[in-house]
Amino acid sequence: MSDAVATLRRVATTPGVHASVFAGAFTAGRSAAYALAAPAFVLMLMMLIGPLAGVIALSFTDYQLGAPSFSWIGLSNYHEMFADRVFWISLKNTLTYVAIVVPGAVALGLGVALLIQSGAGLRSWYRTTYFLPVMATLIAMAIVWEFMLHPQFGLVNGLLRAAGLQGHSWLQDRGTALYSLCVIGIWQAVGFNMVLFLAGLVSIPKHLYDAAEIDGAESAWSRFRLVTWPMLGPVTLFVVAISAIRSFQVFDTVQVLTKGGPSKSSEVLIYTMYTEGFEFFRSGYGAAVTVVFLAFVLLLTLLKSALGNREVHYA
Amino acid sequence: MTPQARSLLWPATRHILLLAGALVMLTPFIWMLSTASKPQTEIFSSDLHLIPHHFALWDNLQIAFAKADLWRYLLNGLIVTVSIFGLQVLVALPAAYALAKLRFLGRDVLFALVVFCILIPPQATAIPVFLLLHKLGVLDSYAALVLPFTISVFGIFLMRQFFKTVPDDLIDAARMDGISEFGIVWRVMLPTAIPAVTAFGIFSVVAHWNDYFWPLIVLNSGHLQTPPLAVAQFRNNEAGTNYGPLMAAAIVIIAPLVVAFLFAQRRFIEGITLTGIK
Repeated sequence: MSDAVATLRRVATTPGVHASVFAGAFTAGRSAAYALAAPAFVLMLMMLIGPLAGVIALSFTDYQLGAPSFSWIGLSNYHEMFADRVFWISLKNTLTYVAIVVPGAVALGLGVALLIQSGAGLRSWYRTTYFLPVMATLIAMAIVWEFMLHPQFGLVNGLLRAAGLQGHSWLQDRGTALYSLCVIGIWQAVGFNMVLFLAGLVSIPKHLYDAAEIDGAESAWSRFRLVTWPMLGPVTLFVVAISAIRSFQVFDTVQVLTKGGPSKSSEVLIYTMYTEGFEFFRSGYGAAVTVVFLAFVLLLTLLKSALGNREVHYA
Repeated sequence: MTPQARSLLWPATRHILLLAGALVMLTPFIWMLSTASKPQTEIFSSDLHLIPHHFALWDNLQIAFAKADLWRYLLNGLIVTVSIFGLQVLVALPAAYALAKLRFLGRDVLFALVVFCILIPPQATAIPVFLLLHKLGVLDSYAALVLPFTISVFGIFLMRQFFKTVPDDLIDAARMDGISEFGIVWRVMLPTAIPAVTAFGIFSVVAHWNDYFWPLIVLNSGHLQTPPLAVAQFRNNEAGTNYGPLMAAAIVIIAPLVVAFLFAQRRFIEGITLTGIK
């Protein structure tokens, strides 16, 4: 509305503009708008909204890929899922993964950002170095981690032995497989969070620190407690939500390194969905698992959007 | 402690902590390079050493290229990422322009749909999209790798926000010059939006070069494999026996993006962290 008013005002004050020319362009613009937006609209329906509705609908069917027909079976997939031990293990493992990777990657990301920001030397070198794992193809790096964790010839056990400690079969032991994947997850996410925190730190006005100092906040810790942490609050919540969403989607490392094992100890939701939907081709059941995943992620996304809209109060 | 001592102590502590962390971050890369440079006998020895006694990087690379058609996989990665980004721009820019600068019935609904679609995680739609591609008979092809990603709602959102800031006068002037609305998108809006398009491009290319989930689902044929699939395949074939060539293959797969990143760090960091702001 205001756009139109502004346009009209401009036209009225611009000498020599024929109203007819402008009106013509305006009508043309209106019909052109549909033509311009149509491909995006159609693809959105085909690839996003349709499939989203489809996955929910599928979860109420017994459809299997290649089957000639299917029938509506109501909540049977959900009943089967909730009665399945593997589903609960998978959900518990996913939540455990999120509960470890999120605090780890957020705290380390914040720590690194604060350390980088607290001095001038080597800033961009540090930023690049910590960001490198975010860039590098995760699958390739997961394979490198697998070799580093090799029970016999791996770097990790080699260093432990050199320190006089016992080595361990990290990825082959059901007690440590999931935690090893968490370490890889944190390693990969720290740099991403660091960059978000750095952006937040830069936008804290310097005069707040001066004011805090005048008020007697002399130590670095009190400056952090009184200025940095409160000012960084919204950014932190935001980073937590993003990290949680990304951690919920963990798949690559699981698929290539452990296949959910040993004995389901690293089975996670997306991996369960993958095996049910794409290895056993039980599309209906896989869809039900997807709906559970979707519920968690949408909850987190809405949380994130709510935080994002609250916007940062400074600046 | 004197203030002078403290002023020296803090920078030192800062560097010690950050260097220790950086070492952890870099260890997998260093170990990858070290292992790729060692001959078999040194890899399978229980004494740890970083610098190979006998430098075998070249041999390992040769074995990797002989065992797997790495050039082909890199080319596949290039074809897929470039096609996806090209089509994303082709679809998203006109829509973004319409949403930002044109008034039409249903605009607000369309924009609300775009915002809603941003919330959908890509894994959630995998099963129905897979069934759709199966129906269309295009599974196991470049089309299967590209088609689902031709629509980037995030791209539309990003470009729409950017186009909002372009002055209307510029568009009016173009209209007066007789340029069609379609022409305005490419000849007026695109040139003003190069920084935003670049950031979006980096975001898109990195995401799809590194994507493992979707190619794993839709591909069967070896010759279509994208780089992440290829390196996983290589590992399944060779793990336990051929770590040198495997690490060499991993280097080849990550090299294009890592090198590009090292040359244009700021742009890459900006592009990739776009996900954070969305």
